[in-house]
Amino acid sequence: MALPKYTEPHYRIWHYFYLLICGCVFFFLIAPLFVIFPLSFNAEEFLVFSDGMKRLDPDAFSLRWYKDMIYGTKNPWGLAARNSFIIAIFATLGSIILGTLAALGLSSRHMPYKGLIMAILISPMIVPLIISGVAIFFFMAKVGLAATHLGIILAHIILGTPFVVITVTATLSGFDHSITRAASSLGSSPYNTFMKITLPLILPGVISGGLFAFVTSFDEVVVVLFLAGLDNTTIPIQMWTGLREQLSPTILAVATCLILLSVFILLTAELLRRRSERLRGINR
Amino acid sequence: MSSETGKILTTDGIPLEESLKQAEKKNKIKAFLLVAPLLLFLIITYMIPIGDMFSRSIDDKMVTNMLPKTYKAMETWDGKELPPEEVFEAFYLDYKILVKNKTAGKLQTQLNYEKNGFKSVLKKLARKQKKFEEGNYKEQIMKVHKRWRNVEYWRAIKRRAPSYTYSKYLKGVDMYSNEDGKIVQVSEDRRIHRILWIRTVEVAFFVTLFCFLMAYPIAHLLATLPMKYSNLLMICVLLPFWTSLLVRTASWMILLQQQGIVNDFFVWTGLVADDNRPEMMYNKTGTYVAMTQILLPFMVLPLYSVMKTISPSLMRAGKSLGATPAIAFFKVYFPLTIPGIGAGCLLVFILAIGYYITPALVGGASGTLISNQIAYHMKSTLDWSFASAMGLMLLTGVLVIYWIYNKLVGVDNIKLG
Repeated sequence: MALPKYTEPHYRIWHYFYLLICGCVFFFLIAPLFVIFPLSFNAEEFLVFSDGMKRLDPDAFSLRWYKDMIYGTKNPWGLAARNSFIIAIFATLGSIILGTLAALGLSSRHMPYKGLIMAILISPMIVPLIISGVAIFFFMAKVGLAATHLGIILAHIILGTPFVVITVTATLSGFDHSITRAASSLGSSPYNTFMKITLPLILPGVISGGLFAFVTSFDEVVVVLFLAGLDNTTIPIQMWTGLREQLSPTILAVATCLILLSVFILLTAELLRRRSERLRGINR
Repeated sequence: MSSETGKILTTDGIPLEESLKQAEKKNKIKAFLLVAPLLLFLIITYMIPIGDMFSRSIDDKMVTNMLPKTYKAMETWDGKELPPEEVFEAFYLDYKILVKNKTAGKLQTQLNYEKNGFKSVLKKLARKQKKFEEGNYKEQIMKVHKRWRNVEYWRAIKRRAPSYTYSKYLKGVDMYSNEDGKIVQVSEDRRIHRILWIRTVEVAFFVTLFCFLMAYPIAHLLATLPMKYSNLLMICVLLPFWTSLLVRTASWMILLQQQGIVNDFFVWTGLVADDNRPEMMYNKTGTYVAMTQILLPFMVLPLYSVMKTISPSLMRAGKSLGATPAIAFFKVYFPLTIPGIGAGCLLVFILAIGYYITPALVGGASGTLISNQIAYHMKSTLDWSFASAMGLMLLTGVLVIYWIYNKLVGVDNIKLG
């Protein structure tokens, strides 16, 4: 953003000051994530940069915490990772199916009580997690699903559907309903119309909603803290326990892997968002 | 022209009006059926359990269920003098079962809430009652401890008779209903919950303010920069947004610890002495810093999406009409961003007010919030009705804010990414 030549000096100073502030805020946002990366290669047990690391001595770096994460004795991470992925995948599928159907219904102009129903459907996003956790725990305990995978999956479907509902509704807002009518008038069955016309067009919204649901489930700790037993510990639970009891560099190794995963998810989400905007013709 | 012939008919002979109505109805049902699975699922697994929290929070059947015979016998007792022999007998029989089932401890705690000193009296009775002989229980019980002769203790039991109570809500704001049934505050040194409520609102408010102050300039920069630069900078906002909350909290724990990088930096610049490193974690500072960074993207994104729609020519027009940049900004640009500010602030405030994980990890004792108290009662003291009561109080607060949000911005305008 170059300034025009006629800019007055005090405004010029103000402008650089503004850029400096922005730089500081960006630094504040992103820098903490990069602390984890080098420290996870620490050869020592402490969570500070050792003198060797400051001198960039190769001996001060090692992969021991990554080894510990994968092969360590009494290693909880393997089980936790498996549970996390199973729970997140099923919760995402459930959220996508229920959320997309609901969004299709909501975006129909015939839908009665739209505002009220929308409010109910996205309430799990607004209600503080701790309250959702308490309520869901009471329900799961009552029906005997506490400390089961199914219970946690259902809980995560509750938390994940609002995202799918919102993203798919947003995609459908630019949707031209006359094309589905055209398909019907040409003799396509409703199922066929959905599969061949509607779904491909709303797919970016569905997938990005699904990504939100996946991350919500994969990262969720409050509700799982109430629900999980020993057999359904997840990565966030293990990290929570680790952070509370003893900060070991193994956690940083796990955290590094999680950051890489979020980079991957971020790129996917961005690509999808752009594609969706292009399809809806919003791109300027 | 008569009305009979005026009606337009469809090909199958039904009046068009009716046919349209039917089609409309069919469409309505179709739309509703699509929403129904999720709606039902949420109502059963989510809305009803939240309602259930309410009945749990006012439920007080525990003592009533433990002393069924006693309360039956007490029905006729007026509470003025010591109860008759039947009450003593019934109490002895109820208590005997509790001691046998090893659940007497719960009763002791519950009654001790009602009247201080009840616990020791009951414990003594638990030991002595094994040697009781049949008949004349009034004498025998009164012999165990002289407090059994004090009618106050029997009144305390009677006060617990109703199965419903709002005492948990009173406890949530550090009040209780005393022996005369008046609502009074608890003694000064035990007023912990009010401090927590105030602190929660305070932290939520300041985190929102900090987020706003930091998000406004960068959202503006992102919205005005050319696409290719702003996309790159957007990653700085989106990467933390997509990164696990625990990872971000962990990185703050590393940064803020006493031998951490932030402290190292302060020592290096000479701001603090090496042997006098300030404690930046396990207190409010830690909570503020970590929560601000974690919630910042939730402020940037709504602001950005609003600022993106503001045409730069408006500012230019303002300036060309003689406004200084500052006036043009405050008179033209700023008012246009208010919907984004409202959305961002209320989003961050709602998220902050119910925050749990970060305060629990970096907050220490002076940085914990009301959610931590709820979790503590859910997991440690197992006082679920109290946890429910506090949860509902928090929920009411959030719903009020949400209602304002809806009035100002509209729920449909929530945008993600």
